[in-house]
Amino acid sequence: MGTGQEARRVVTDEAAGHISRVEELSYELKIGDVMTRDVQTLTPDMEMIDALQLLRRHRISGAPVVADGEMIGIISIEDLLRAVDRGGLHAPVRDFMTTQLVTIHWYEPVVKALELFGRASVGRLPVVDENGKMLGMLTKGNITNGTLRALQKDYQEEEVRRYRASHLFQDIISDRTSLILRYRIEPRDFTHGGQASNHIKRALLRLGANAQLARRCGIAIYEAEMNLIIHTTDGGVIWVEIESDHIMMATMDDGPGIPDVALARRPGWSTATAEVREMGFGAGMGLKNIERCVDEMNLESKVGDGTRLDMKIILPPEEMFGDTTPVAANSKG
Amino acid sequence: MRLEEVVTLISGKVLTDASDLQAEIAGGCGADLMSDVLASAQPHAVLLTGLCNPQVVRTAQIADVAAIVFVRDKRPTPDVIELANMEGIPLITSPYGTFELCGRLYQAGLPSLEQRIAHEGGE
Repeated sequence: MGTGQEARRVVTDEAAGHISRVEELSYELKIGDVMTRDVQTLTPDMEMIDALQLLRRHRISGAPVVADGEMIGIISIEDLLRAVDRGGLHAPVRDFMTTQLVTIHWYEPVVKALELFGRASVGRLPVVDENGKMLGMLTKGNITNGTLRALQKDYQEEEVRRYRASHLFQDIISDRTSLILRYRIEPRDFTHGGQASNHIKRALLRLGANAQLARRCGIAIYEAEMNLIIHTTDGGVIWVEIESDHIMMATMDDGPGIPDVALARRPGWSTATAEVREMGFGAGMGLKNIERCVDEMNLESKVGDGTRLDMKIILPPEEMFGDTTPVAANSKG
Repeated sequence: MRLEEVVTLISGKVLTDASDLQAEIAGGCGADLMSDVLASAQPHAVLLTGLCNPQVVRTAQIADVAAIVFVRDKRPTPDVIELANMEGIPLITSPYGTFELCGRLYQAGLPSLEQRIAHEGGE
C-alpha cells in the first residue's frame, strides 16, 4: 500500500530538462483521475465458471471479490487458468481467489502505480480510500488512457489559446481594431537587452503572423531596442500597434538626440563606445538593418529633445491578421 | 545536416538541456557583431560566435538561428544557458577557433547561410 513518500523524487536542474510531458503527467495525475469507478465484483460463493463468464461479458481481465461490502480477494485470468487446469470451474470463487491484496490509494500519483505494477507483478490494483474501502480498479490500460486524455487536453488548450489570439481581429468588430504593445527600456540595461523584441516577435507569431513577417519585425525592433539601451540618457519606450493590415512600431526617447541624422543613417557610422562594441553592438549597421526590414522608416531627432523612430510594415492581403484563409495557405516562412 | 553531426564534427559539447540533436541545420554563419547576424543570417543556421552574452541568444531568437556554437571553449554564464533553454536554442562550445570551425563544417558539406548585403554608399 502506498505512502506517497516513495513516489516523490528530487528533480535537479539538470534532470528537469529531460523530463517529458508524459513523465510530468505521471506525477500530476492522481490514481482517482484515471481509475475505473464502475467495478464489476464477484462474491466468494459464485462458481469459477460464473466468474469467467462475467469477465468475458465485460471484457475485463480480473475482478475483486466482495463479501458484506468488504473486498476479500481478487480473481484474475491466472486464477481462472489454475481452476481450468485443476478441473475446478465449478468450485467456489473463494477457493481460487488471491487474498494477498496489493492496493493503492486514490490520492497517489500515477507514477506510484507504475512502480507497483512493476514491483508486485500484478495486472490490476484495487483502488481504496483512507479507510481501505474500495473505490475502483486500476489497470495499465487506465493509465495509458488517462495520460492520453490529459495530453489531448493540453493540446486542445494550446490550440484554443492560439485560436483566440489569431482570431482577435476577426472576433472583435469595430471600424478599426488595433492591438498596442508598450515596453519601457532602461538605459545601459544590457542584461535585458533584446527581451522586449523577443516578446514582440512571440506575440506576432501567436497572433498568426508567419515566420518571415515575425522575423522582419523582430530584427527591426531589436535594433531599435538596442539603440535605446546603448545611446539614450534615460532610456525610452517601445510602442507597437498591430492592425489587421499593417504594423506600426516606434521607439521614443528624450535624449540626448542625434546631431546629424543623415550621418547616423550612413552604414558603418557609429558613436558606440568600445565597451558596447565588445558586446557585439554599435557596428553602425542598426538603422540599415531596420530600413531593410520595414516598408517605411522615419527618423526624427533633435539634440536636447530626443529621438523618435517610426517603422511601418504593410501586410500583403494574404498575410493580414484575421484573414480567413487557412493557415497552410500563408505559412511560407 | 543534423545538429548531432555538427557537434561531432567540431568536437563540441552541448551546454543546454534537452536540446534536439536531431534538428536539421540548414547551414552556417559566423559573426561577432549582432547586427551582422540580423542582417545576414538566413533562418535555421548554426551561428559560430565568440560572444557569450545574453544578447547572442536574444539575437538568435529574432534571426531564427537553429543553434549557437561558442568558439575556443568559451562558455556563457548560467543565466545565458537558462535563457537559451527557455528559448529552446541549443548552445554548444567547441575547442576550435572560428576559422577552423567554419572550415570543418564547410568541408563536411554545410553551406553558408550568410546572405550578401548590398551596401549603399559608405564603406
